[in-house]
Amino acid sequence: MLNYTFDWSVLWRPPYGKWFLDGILTTIQLSLLAWMIALFLGVTIGTMRVLPWRPVRLLGTTYVEVIRNIPILVQLFFWYFALPALLPRHIELWLYKNVSKFPFWIAALALGIYTASRVAEHIRSGLYSISKEHYQAAYSTGLSTFQVYRYVIIPYAMRIIMPPLTTEFVTIFKNSALAMTITVLEATGAAYLIDSYTFHGLETTTGACLVYISISICIAVFMGWVEKKISIPGLIVRKG
Amino acid sequence: MDWGVIPRNINFLLGGLVLTFELAFFAISGGLLFGIIMGLCRLSSRKWIYAPATFYVNFFRSLPLILVIFWFYFITPIIIGRPLGDFLSAIIAFIAFEAAIFAEIVRAGIQSIPKGQVMAGYSTGLSYVKTMRYIVIPQALRNMVPALVTNTVIIFQDTSLAYVIGVKEFLRRTHLVDSREIRSIELYAFAAVVYLILCFLGSTLGRRLEKKERR
Repeated sequence: MLNYTFDWSVLWRPPYGKWFLDGILTTIQLSLLAWMIALFLGVTIGTMRVLPWRPVRLLGTTYVEVIRNIPILVQLFFWYFALPALLPRHIELWLYKNVSKFPFWIAALALGIYTASRVAEHIRSGLYSISKEHYQAAYSTGLSTFQVYRYVIIPYAMRIIMPPLTTEFVTIFKNSALAMTITVLEATGAAYLIDSYTFHGLETTTGACLVYISISICIAVFMGWVEKKISIPGLIVRKG
Repeated sequence: MDWGVIPRNINFLLGGLVLTFELAFFAISGGLLFGIIMGLCRLSSRKWIYAPATFYVNFFRSLPLILVIFWFYFITPIIIGRPLGDFLSAIIAFIAFEAAIFAEIVRAGIQSIPKGQVMAGYSTGLSYVKTMRYIVIPQALRNMVPALVTNTVIIFQDTSLAYVIGVKEFLRRTHLVDSREIRSIELYAFAAVVYLILCFLGSTLGRRLEKKERR
């Protein structure tokens, strides 16, 4: 055992406590923003993949295959280092000078684009899992196409897609830690920054672990409650 | 654009790719070994065996891998009394983290075998070990193969995270060349294409195996 004195106060002592708290808030903001991008893009691409039009389907498939097979960190670096270089020089300089939270926006965009490929797959399998008989039964009761989707298909598909989407949200929340590599000070980044001032990285990373675990548990409990609220009797209910 | 930057540094970059493969190899073999043990523990009927295993799996599954890598990087010198080096400490972090993922795959694979199979095994006079060895495990393994391949591809991608503690794997070396030559577009596009080709081959193999299983 190395002679090591623990100093847990680095987690709340000023100024480090403020940095850590800001980090946690940034993590939450980053995950929520990225999640909105992922949901919007993911639903669009997932729907594209089930449309009866081949070029559109192919486009959706290409997106999913390309994005899924490149590590998220490589994508993050590509957007952060290579994207501004692709732009004309004066726009590049303007970006660095005038967009104050440039790394933050890039991180949200990269996380959103990456997670969209996974969300799209869940949307697609959710839409596929509704059998033809469902549509036929709905039409035979005299509903219009709009009503069929509004009252039968979408409420049904939503409930099937919900549990995997919860998992994806937890994943995006965990992946937001990668933003530290492009200088965003979220929870992990703040833990690392405090380490470079105090050399108490073990305490700060342990603190960050506890933060991630408690937020993950909160999401799981809340979504479990939501799923139970909206569940259709006799259908999938997640246990535990 | 100056694509010459890649041939100029190709030996350095490919050396990183070798290190990436080494990391992936250790992470997968070590993670699978501990994952199988952990998965079997989770299926045990004794509480003192399954409760710690369940805690372990849930604990690691709710943490970002990057944080786990940092945590092991900080704690190993305190436990063994001297710095362990970035490569070894990254491997320990990968094995600890991936074991939790593999444990879930193994558990799901074994649970996918109907209980009747086990009973049928017993009723023909086989022992517990023989029932597992000749009846349950061969079928469970077949069910697990697609998930195992998918996860192998994910681990291969995850090795890029060793970047953060300074392991000179493929991405780190790309970054180093970029900071010397300032050729971000070419270099990161090259890294992306290399990963894309390797991982696409892996996922295609996984899908082919999945189709074979269904038949």
